[in-house]
Order: sequence, then C-alpha cells, then structure tokens
Amino acid sequence: MPAKTYVQTTINGEHVDFLCEPRQSLLECLRDEIGLTGTKEGCNDGNCGACTVNIDGRIVTSCLVLGVEAEGADIETIEGVADGSNLHPLQLAFLENAALQCGICTPGFIISSKALLEQNPNPSEHEIRFWLANNLCRCTGYDKIVRAVQDAAKRLQEA
Amino acid sequence: MDSFEYHRPSTQKQASLLLTSSPRAHVVSGNTDLLGEMKQGLVHPESLVSLADVEGMKVFHINGNESKLGSMVTLSDIVDSKYLKVNFPALVEAAASVATPQIRSIGTLGGNLCQRPRCWYYRSPLFDCLKKGGNKCFAVGGLDKYHSIIGGEKCWIVHPSDIAVALTALDAKVKIFGPSGYKNMKIDDFFVGPGIDIHNENVLKEGEFVSSIEISCDDKSSSTFLKFKERQSMDFALASAAVSISLAEGKIHRAGVALGGIAPIPWRLQEIEEYMMGIPIDDLRCSDEFSAKVESSLGDAKPMSENNAYKIDLAISHLKRALDKVIQDLC
Repeated sequence: MPAKTYVQTTINGEHVDFLCEPRQSLLECLRDEIGLTGTKEGCNDGNCGACTVNIDGRIVTSCLVLGVEAEGADIETIEGVADGSNLHPLQLAFLENAALQCGICTPGFIISSKALLEQNPNPSEHEIRFWLANNLCRCTGYDKIVRAVQDAAKRLQEA
Repeated sequence: MDSFEYHRPSTQKQASLLLTSSPRAHVVSGNTDLLGEMKQGLVHPESLVSLADVEGMKVFHINGNESKLGSMVTLSDIVDSKYLKVNFPALVEAAASVATPQIRSIGTLGGNLCQRPRCWYYRSPLFDCLKKGGNKCFAVGGLDKYHSIIGGEKCWIVHPSDIAVALTALDAKVKIFGPSGYKNMKIDDFFVGPGIDIHNENVLKEGEFVSSIEISCDDKSSSTFLKFKERQSMDFALASAAVSISLAEGKIHRAGVALGGIAPIPWRLQEIEEYMMGIPIDDLRCSDEFSAKVESSLGDAKPMSENNAYKIDLAISHLKRALDKVIQDLC
C-alpha cells in the first residue's frame, strides 16, 4: 500500500483535511475520501465537465487535478451552492426551466454558470455558450440550460 | 493509473535534482496533458516533480517594452492580462483559443509549450508508433486528416500548441533551467522536428524544464493570432496563423510570421518575413508581388494525401486574414 499524503483544504467554507494517494484525482478524493458525491464523474479526462468544481475562484475539471495538488486550496463544490434548504437562484432557474433530465451533468453546469455570473452578471447568449463549452449534456440539447442561466442572471440582478 | 511519488520542491535547483534522481521522474505543471497520458497508460512515471511551489515560476515582470512570464503563469492569467492584450494581442488571442475555462484555469504557459501531440495513433495505447519506440507511422496510409503537410519526416504529427505559434511570430526567448543552470534560446531553437528527434518535440534534456518566456514589443507594433477549429467551442487547430509587425518611421523593422496546425513544429515563414523588412507599411497593402509571395508561401508543402491537402488553403487564408488585420491596425 503506497504511503498516503495528508492534504489540508477548505471545502465550501469548512476546513477539510484528508489522506490520499498521489494517484488519486481530486474528484476521487471528494467522492471516495470525503464523501461529497455531488460532484460527478463523466469522461474522467477533462472533456465533459461533469466534475467541475471551483478552486480559488476559478473553475477546473477535478478529474484533471490530483488530490495532492489541492493542498491549501479553497474549493467550492455543488454541496456548497445552496444556503441550507434555500436553493441558489441558479438551482431554482435550472429546476423551473427544466434544464436537466438525468442530472449527471447538472452539478458541473451549476458550478460553471455560477462562476460566469460572478464575473459577468449579464452575459450574452454567445458568452454563456462559449463559457459552458467544457460542460456536456446529452439530454437537454443545451437550449434550456442557456435559458436557465439567462433567467438566473435576471433573478440575481433583481435580488 | 499506476502508483507514483509526488514531490513539491520549492526551488528550481531542487526540482532539477529530483528530476535527475530517477529515470522515470517527470516534471509537471498544470497536469492537464500529462494526467491524460497517464490515465491512458502512455506514460508510467515513477515520480512527479511539481513546479507549483517553485519560487519565481509565476513571475509576471514588465520592464518597459519587455516582459518576462514565468512558465507557471496560467493561460487564464494571460487571457485576463490587460497589459498583454494591449502589447501582445497575438499571445492573448492564442491563449484564449486554447481549450475551455476549466482547462485554462490550470493549464500553464510552460505546459502548453511542452504538451505532447494529439495524433490519434500516438494517443491510442493500441498503436505502437515511431514516437513511442515502434517502427511505423500509422498515419502513413492511415487516417491522416489532422496530420502535417510540411516538415514531417517519418512521423507526421502537428505541433499542438497555439501559444507556440504566437510566440514564434513574437520572436520569444525561452529560458530553461537544468542541472547546469540557466540556458537561453530563441523559441525556434527550442522546438525540434522528427528529423532531429522522433521521440521528443523540444530540446529539453533530463533534469531540464522551461523556467520562463521573454517577449518584447516596439512602440509601434501590432500582432494577431487566428485559428480554425473543427469544433468552434473547443478544439485544437486544423490550421492557425500568427503575425507580428513593428514599425520604425513608417517602415517595417520587425516581422514575425508563423503557421500552426500544419507541421511538427511552429512553422515560421522566413521568406515572407524577410520580404517585408524595410518596406513602408502602406506599400505592402497594395503590393501584388507581396500577395503572390503569400499565396505561394506553402509551395513546398507535401500533403500526405488528398485527405489533408485542405490544410494548404486553410493555412494560407488564415495567414492572409492575419496579415490584413495587422497591416490595417498599423496603417
């Protein structure tokens, strides 16, 4: 059994330490070591974006980050998006616009879209589509997702 | 994925020592390419030496018209830099054209230059190709739509880096750190084609890594990078063009022209550059002779088959558009 490394992070505002092998991706660490299974595994090679999390203010595909590389990182996962039982405006917009079917891609889409709206509160459809290029959905055809992000942008601006 | 050790040194010297301590030690920066190769079983490092904590690798020094960018500067850092956007638009446009926000967040300048080719025979564990120590290039007589049309010898990969093309047009210098200290070189001397080294795409030897990149601009200069992707939202280049021109008293005194996606190295068009030198920029605009030179600049190209011959027209059309844009900027 290879030696495990002690990693210290902040996840969704809480201090989280974990042990992992160097070969474990951050995605595996989140799901298997820490028990945060909201982040999903899709392609496992950086193409589909289902495993998107936010690290230090920037979105990344967590399958392409090693757990040991997350030392000192401030990580946001889907579990940290809602405020208790109050859903984030993006989550509400996804539900009300039927922007999901099977739901596997949804955590990645929410994390990516949230980062977009934080830096660009009123993105154009073109900007939304290009920003979400690394998030693949095989159910919805994307249109409802784009509408949901536009709707969330409106809700956030009105709030 | 096989087990490996992970090291996070804090100085370049320690990093270099760790890299020479094991024949299967591998340097890692953003890890977006290497991790993919490891998952595919193409490489089996015994240890990874991360440059993440190495002092000075994220530097972003600006001194007048000169800039020094540490190799660990991320592509997002480049895209977000207002200074680079104004002074080196080709670099920013190239960085913005790479992959997606998720990959640009962690992908680095040095890592982008040193990424391995996307040739599907190289990337597939099923094909033991020349680059991996086998005895055959499977693209010859195989599926060659994405392969090179010039500069290929035995192995027909295209260099995957967009940033390398922009930095070639910008006449960048590469600073390497290794067991014998620093080495500086022109970017043209950094990349090597399969005729020189079939297993590697650059001159880095054991224990060496890219430390930083230096670029300079003139008071009156402009540049651009244009790329054609099969999939608009995220893809590697089928063909790309980068042009950089500087003026002194209305005449061209520096010209950089490079094409990407067509050769195993960033493809500099030296003849076009030399032709432009000393010419008043206004004259270039309406010169039929110059247009003819541009049109025939890939005259030496030898497509592998009719399946990748389209790259000649695609590269030339992007070159023309890039030249038009920069010349218009400066007129």
